[in-house]
Amino acid sequence: MSTTAVGLRENRAPGFWQSTNGKKVVMAVTGAVMFAFIIGHLAGNLQVFEGPAKLNAYGNLLHSLGELLWPVRIILLLCIGLHITATVQLALRNKAARPVEYAAKKSINSTYASRTMYWSGPIILAFVIFHLLHLTAGYIHPGAAYIEGDVYHNVVSGFQVWWVSVWYIFAVSLLGLHLRHGFWSMFQSIGLNHPRHTPMLKKLALVLALLITLGYISIPLSVLAGFVK
Amino acid sequence: MKLRLKIWRQKNRNDKGSFVSYSMDDVNPEMSMLECLDVLNETLIERGEEPVTFEHDCREGICGSCGFMINGIPHGPQRATTVCQLTMRHFKDGEELVIEPWRAGAFPMIKDLMVDRRALDRIIESGGYISVSTGNAPDGNDILIGKDTSDRAMDAAACIGCGACVAACPNASAALFTGAKITHLGVLPQGKIEAERRALGMVGQMNTEDFGSCTNIGECTAACPKEIPLEVIARMNQDYWRASAKRRDDSVKPVTPVTRWNAK
Ligand code: FES
Repeated sequence: MSTTAVGLRENRAPGFWQSTNGKKVVMAVTGAVMFAFIIGHLAGNLQVFEGPAKLNAYGNLLHSLGELLWPVRIILLLCIGLHITATVQLALRNKAARPVEYAAKKSINSTYASRTMYWSGPIILAFVIFHLLHLTAGYIHPGAAYIEGDVYHNVVSGFQVWWVSVWYIFAVSLLGLHLRHGFWSMFQSIGLNHPRHTPMLKKLALVLALLITLGYISIPLSVLAGFVK
Repeated sequence: MKLRLKIWRQKNRNDKGSFVSYSMDDVNPEMSMLECLDVLNETLIERGEEPVTFEHDCREGICGSCGFMINGIPHGPQRATTVCQLTMRHFKDGEELVIEPWRAGAFPMIKDLMVDRRALDRIIESGGYISVSTGNAPDGNDILIGKDTSDRAMDAAACIGCGACVAACPNASAALFTGAKITHLGVLPQGKIEAERRALGMVGQMNTEDFGSCTNIGECTAACPKEIPLEVIARMNQDYWRASAKRRDDSVKPVTPVTRWNAK
């Protein structure tokens, strides 16, 4: 290109989705939807402690929703897709934004959770795929036969395989880590930050992440310990 | 006190560059980091070597000219302090300091510790103004502004544009800088009129430059010599999405970074 050009060259402004800020808003909104699902899913799953009848009835109720089930699934899939697309595009951009790395660089303020989002995210995705094949579709169900409709049996016999439980506990712990940063971060991305409220929000993020992780982990632990059989 | 300075030396953008170690035996603990480099440069000049290039102007922490990484932290380990204000007594006798320039695609190398930060100027140009009527000067205190509002504006206006936020960010994002500029004008009544256009313009320009995206991790605010809070980034995000939803035309036109014109 000519080096003699004077005057500034104008471009079209990047659209909402092209801008990094817009993508973060999309990530926040889709993250919020998935967060709501995680809470609902946990509430449903904890019924395992109330025995086979209760949990299987809950499973049947979900399936009997019929027309409603697929729209919800499609919304969730859409959210996952958008969340990941935005992440990948931003990650590539971020990598390119620092072509020469520092010889020495220290983190002085960020949390471990926030710095490992790129790791926790993909591992959780891999887990979700496994989890669907394991307990929703039943394609992978080591240990015992998968019985369509007998949710309780599938869960308990599934978790009796030690490595399935370990993998589950590991992935859910990473989910907790992901939410610990993600929960407060989504408020920041859509532009809600207040000197009085945000510190409380960060604490709430920690508490919620812990509760969610412990809630989910309690299921395989109880199965392994023999409380639930 | 004795110090070892491991300084990044690079002749120009096309040079590869490397670290060169310099031993200093007689560093006065009351000197600032820049004065320490001045002393080093004098000995280098005496020896007939090329002095270390670094930027500076006010040397009192208000102009934003100075800045480089010391041991992996922008402006060194002392919080809320620019390198021109950082005194050597904060370091231990015999310590080795790794000194390197800001590293970001949006800040092309000029020489040694000096990088081209005009990307930040272009962001300011794209919206860092307010409209005032010409004619008689308005009466003082004509527009009443609450103390908390003026404090917020002042906190954001403290940004000196040194680029430490970009340097500290693992994504080399300029979100804290842009947020500070948007907030400092946007919270005041005089700046409200252009608030939406400003958000579109500045965010548009920021995204046209080679900056990364904000991941809300907060390294920038800790490195900022003026301790600009993360709140300004939220303000930018909110102004931006509101303005995007309302916008009626494409009148916002970011400019191509001049530094990229020569790129093939
Ligand atoms: S020289 Fe002006 S801020 Fe350091």
